[in-house]
Amino acid sequence: MSRWFSRNLIRIYTGAALLFILLPIFYTIAFSFNDTEKRNISWQGFTIRAWLNPCEPIGICEALGNSFKVGITATVVATILGTMIAFALGRYDFKGRGTTNLLIFLPMATPEVVLGASLLSMFINVGLGTGLIPVIISHIMFCISFVVVTVKARIASLDPKLEEAARDLYANEWETFRRITLPLVAPGIAAAALLAFALSFDDFIITNFNSGTVDTFPEYVWTAALRGVPPQANVIGTMMFIIALVLVFAGQIFTKKREAKK
Amino acid sequence: MSEPKKVQGDLILSNITKSFGDFVAVDDLSLRIEQGSFFALLGPSGCGKTTTLRMMAGLEEPTSGKICIGDTDITDTKPYDRPVNTVFQNYALFPHLTIHENVAFGLRRRGVKEIDPAVEKVLNLVELAHLKNRKPSQLSGGQQQRIALARAIVNKPALLLLDEPLGALDLKLRRQMQIELKWIQTEVGITFVHVTHDQEEAMTMADTVAVMNNGKIEQMGSPADLYENPKTVFVANFLGQSNFIDGTLESSDGASVVANIQGTRITFPKARNNASGKDLKVGIRPEKFRLHSAGDSVNGNVLTGGIITDISFFGVSTQYLVEMAWKQELMVFEQNDGGAPDLEKGDAVTLSWEPQFTFALDANSN
Repeated sequence: MSRWFSRNLIRIYTGAALLFILLPIFYTIAFSFNDTEKRNISWQGFTIRAWLNPCEPIGICEALGNSFKVGITATVVATILGTMIAFALGRYDFKGRGTTNLLIFLPMATPEVVLGASLLSMFINVGLGTGLIPVIISHIMFCISFVVVTVKARIASLDPKLEEAARDLYANEWETFRRITLPLVAPGIAAAALLAFALSFDDFIITNFNSGTVDTFPEYVWTAALRGVPPQANVIGTMMFIIALVLVFAGQIFTKKREAKK
Repeated sequence: MSEPKKVQGDLILSNITKSFGDFVAVDDLSLRIEQGSFFALLGPSGCGKTTTLRMMAGLEEPTSGKICIGDTDITDTKPYDRPVNTVFQNYALFPHLTIHENVAFGLRRRGVKEIDPAVEKVLNLVELAHLKNRKPSQLSGGQQQRIALARAIVNKPALLLLDEPLGALDLKLRRQMQIELKWIQTEVGITFVHVTHDQEEAMTMADTVAVMNNGKIEQMGSPADLYENPKTVFVANFLGQSNFIDGTLESSDGASVVANIQGTRITFPKARNNASGKDLKVGIRPEKFRLHSAGDSVNGNVLTGGIITDISFFGVSTQYLVEMAWKQELMVFEQNDGGAPDLEKGDAVTLSWEPQFTFALDANSN
């Protein structure tokens, strides 16, 4: 018995870990099929009604749309700005580089509640008020930190000799960047963009302070929780999960195909 | 994108200095490298040889001085506008491109038509055409080395720079690549400038070797010249091993010189006296000594009164340490060809050598 146990310990451990991670997701998926109108807490029976009418609860798809607007804008802007900052910090020595390195970490280290409250008073003081614009600006702000950290790590692992080799082989500065630097840093930039989108899409605290009367998807779920979260929220959650899975698999198939072609 | 002008001729460095802050890496260096030759810059790490190479490539700007190929001044030319290519230490192959694309890179940037045949040809030259669809990470060190070479020579530069190109290879592969590099250089006829800290590598491959130390060239010449007649102690010790015996100059008439080393009178050709004063450091390479049992009559320069203190067997040769009357240990290599007498530790011996294998330096030189 104990021999069997010690031999299979790694399997048991792996199984338990996977269960721990996947059970909540399984729960989310299962309860998107629950036959209930409002309180989605106990199992009432199987139906695909929620899947047929995902936008049925008032405001849910509008909130989802807002989340996409904020997430995509914040991701694009933060990825571009963050990548530029990462190059500046990773490649050049300039006055204030150390300070910038430190300041970049501040949004990650500050408690979100404090950040959200301070941003609200700032936006009101400068006359921007509340709404999607202030939310987007604050999301860009905290996403930049994560983008910089992720891209900088990738740049640090890039051998500067490769760029010298490109210049030695008749590539000017722009061609060197486009043909060598960018393709090699691209996986880091892609990872940073995905991270930024996930963080923005997920954010509740800072958003809730600054969104005013508009709702994002997390805010909708939070408000709905008071009366009972409709199963459509689970449907949307499940869809997001499936989209993420499809993206990952598509990415892997794409790289495999490209390698096979060569 | 600009096509480099058809530049050719000798590579000429005039009074090149490069400083990094207070540190002078290359100190007023002037050099002429003949077109089509295989030139080696040899020196210990930190001697400025790599900085010199990087200035030739355009990756580093000289603080002062001029670099020309033939009549064309390339001192301020960008690396991508020079007819110069480099084989980098650790190769710097582009990891995301195939071997074919790596080799085609320079041709594409210059907008050359007919890329594929040129790539094919150079890959055949390095015998790796069958690997053209692989990525660099799928190649062995020796294969990567050859691709790095192919990627550079496919552009037919006026000058090819090699930065410790064999440093990452194991000994056997290194020997093989030394021969191959030399062969390829003869084949393509491009001027090769090879930077290395490995004296054997420099001597086997190069037509001319420049020994660098502290940002300056100590001595330049053919490998045999440098080895047989070093002008400084640094060169003598960097290229192989030397015994140095203190002595004084007694007379100098016609073609030969008479010197007194530790009470013994020796002669050697005047051309081998590189000292300016009377106090000498007399150098004899360990393999130039012959060992004889004490009492044997011998010709040439002779040192008597030695005692063998140590014997090490090396295979092709045996190394003896011989303690002289003035308490200096001299190193002697004897070929294991049966020519040397059977000697044991503690035996009294006489050393002899041919006068032309002597060289003399200033006593205070180092």
